[in-house]
Amino acid sequence: MNSQVQNAVEKFGKDASRLMDIFHEISHEKGFVNDDDLKQIATEVGLSKVDAEQTLSFYHFYSKKPMGKYTIYLNDSLVAQMMGRAEIADAFEKATGTKFGSVSQDGLFGLYNTSCIGMNDQEPAAIINGVIFPKITTYRVRELIREFRTGKTATEMINSFGGGQNQSSRIQAMVTNNLNRRGAVIFADYNSGEALKKIKTMDPREIIDEVKNSNLRGRGGAGFPTGLKWDFCTKSPSNERYLLCNADEGEPGTFKDRVILTEIPDLLFEGMVIAGYAINAKEGILYLRLEYHYLKNHLETVLTTMRKNGLLGENACGIDGFNYDIRIQFGAGAYICGEESALIESCEGKRGEPRNRPPFPVQVGYLNKPTVVNNVETLCSVVKIVMNGAEWYKSMGTKETSGTKLLSISGDIRYPGIFEIEWGMTIKEMLEMAGAINPKAVQVGGPSGRLIAENEFTRTICYEDLPTGGAMIVIGQQRNILDVAKNFTEFFIEESCGSCAPCRYLTVILRNKLQKIMDGKGVLKDLDELETWGKQMKKANRCGLGQTAANPILTSLENFRHDYISRIEKGKEFDTKFNLEAAIQESSRVVGRFPQV
Amino acid sequence: MSEQIKFTIDGKACTTEKGTNLVKAAKENGVYIPILCHLEGIKPAGSCRICNVKINGRFMTACTTDVADGMVIENITPEIQELRKIIVETLFVSGNHFCPACEKSGNCELQALGYRYQMMVPRFPYEFEEKEVDANSNKFYIDRNRCVLCKRCVRSVKSKDGRSIFAVKGRGHKAIINIDHELANQLSDEEAMEVMNTCPVGSILKKERGYVDPIGRRKYDTQPIGSEIETINV
Repeated sequence: MNSQVQNAVEKFGKDASRLMDIFHEISHEKGFVNDDDLKQIATEVGLSKVDAEQTLSFYHFYSKKPMGKYTIYLNDSLVAQMMGRAEIADAFEKATGTKFGSVSQDGLFGLYNTSCIGMNDQEPAAIINGVIFPKITTYRVRELIREFRTGKTATEMINSFGGGQNQSSRIQAMVTNNLNRRGAVIFADYNSGEALKKIKTMDPREIIDEVKNSNLRGRGGAGFPTGLKWDFCTKSPSNERYLLCNADEGEPGTFKDRVILTEIPDLLFEGMVIAGYAINAKEGILYLRLEYHYLKNHLETVLTTMRKNGLLGENACGIDGFNYDIRIQFGAGAYICGEESALIESCEGKRGEPRNRPPFPVQVGYLNKPTVVNNVETLCSVVKIVMNGAEWYKSMGTKETSGTKLLSISGDIRYPGIFEIEWGMTIKEMLEMAGAINPKAVQVGGPSGRLIAENEFTRTICYEDLPTGGAMIVIGQQRNILDVAKNFTEFFIEESCGSCAPCRYLTVILRNKLQKIMDGKGVLKDLDELETWGKQMKKANRCGLGQTAANPILTSLENFRHDYISRIEKGKEFDTKFNLEAAIQESSRVVGRFPQV
Repeated sequence: MSEQIKFTIDGKACTTEKGTNLVKAAKENGVYIPILCHLEGIKPAGSCRICNVKINGRFMTACTTDVADGMVIENITPEIQELRKIIVETLFVSGNHFCPACEKSGNCELQALGYRYQMMVPRFPYEFEEKEVDANSNKFYIDRNRCVLCKRCVRSVKSKDGRSIFAVKGRGHKAIINIDHELANQLSDEEAMEVMNTCPVGSILKKERGYVDPIGRRKYDTQPIGSEIETINV
């Protein structure tokens, strides 16, 4: 029996619903969870070993075998590629003497690809033993590996600190925040704690009505009215409710939560308290992606201070009978956990597979209790709405879309970073604001959104016209659109939970067909097939991931068809997919005769 | 006395008890909605998507839906039939299904659906990915070439103290079904036989059982899938 495993299991009360925390504890310590550990954990929490492994094997950052003394995760998102990732990956392979997806023979270095780590404004970037290394150059790669070989830790290789709170002794990260534009809501000045004094004088009903009147809609991308969600939750009969904050921002291209959590975590936690009070929640959980683990101490300190000041705990904020606390739940590398019901499953220690609806989380959510899941930016907006009122909030934005939006803009622009804008800005204005260089296309809302061309640059960012969760990737004239479509499609293949049959495999079929076209072997019929097969995804799948997984191919085909046409074989209607020369190569070699073709 | 509600499937007036699962309610009314991952008596997964229907104009899986009063359901339309055919074909190319050599041929629900949706040959290219066969359990083996990840086994087969004997491992197209051999070996012969019958395809097979029923005299050799439900042929 392993005492480290035993301690981890006991720390979380031998509770199967805390499996993620147990794995996190053991992984964090030794880098992996092996078969013996799994068996011990399973026995203690009352599962079978395969059941425990079912959760473990779902998450990208968990492993059953050692991942190297230095585990290097190099981001392979589109923007990383645009900023020269291939050269960096090559340098890592040369310096460590191992290939991506494996550990060097001496066990020192493990090289792995990873989906977007929320650093699109400073790519190429990697996570090495939990430390973020942004703006990596080949020089830096050689330096890092050389020093690691002498025994230096990842933390010791931090050679500068990023701006703002990144310099705080509790973070000390090289990450820069690139907060390029402060708006009137999220990043406006405010006095921490003021809103929590105000709610003491307010009835939960009043708060819900105020949020309803503000027309605030969920900022994760789906845009469900926040007040209505809270209302539904309070109307589901139960003695226990939960408030979950979704800080799993995994949509490639988005990094707004990173900046909020670094600069103004107290604003978010206040929002979580207000929402918790409004729906009468027992507990608030911040579901945080593991990529942001370096913010843990910083966030925990803010929570500890709030507890000390009576803003959390028994009779929180001085409100009689409001017993409420917040805990942080780490994910472990799964984009799908940003889907609210998958997030709930993950919080319960399970695979992050979306649930069937109905019932909705507001009826049956975390631990089968009514649950509200809100985005980080949404909860921050709530604080300002409570302070300044719904009318103030509605005075900004468009007719149907109130307030401001944080855009994470990256790609071929001069000033990548966070911009807080009023809803209603056109794409053209946005491109000018961020200093776009020769833009050819904009990926609006990340891979699950739309790839638009110049003819749509006059469109307006708002729910009436072009809604978005805020990820904006600007793609310059020099880029190849098919590379974009392929990177995004592979992202969905990697991140599919695998539950729905079409999402699990039709994505692979679509990628292979796209590759065929990229290899110059495609014919016109392939384009039609990409389109007809891709369109089935929306109908066929359960959740947003599967329904939008063909969007990169469908929207690029719609708006950049000529880029596809220029790659296919002309004058050929049909392709047999059969290469005669390759098929007879071996027998030709054996008999020593080669056909004259 | 429970409440009777009315709904329609492709215009046909149907009635059922309030709260009935749509697949079951359709069956009671002589309408076949194809299923593959669904199994009456266990929690619906809605994962194979073959039971996709349009409810009040929206695509929904029938197995995860309880019928509500006044529901308007479309079951057999060219759009839905095409989607189902695509799903069947996707499942065929995602595995390695060689029907003529399979122990389950004729009793296989995927094969039967292939016939029902008149799949001559899948429109998608085969990838022939390598899949592992696991025969380490005493009573049965699992051939992952044929697995469609319906998770019937995951959801229904439990040990005496309620632990899962089957579970998924990995995610996305790399996901596979894993067996807990220790727990599996504690199953009786009858239980192992039930496990085999739970599997809609020839992925979980009881050892020494394969060809006891001769091909040609198996379930779907004599009548097409769904025909036992349908009162009118389609």
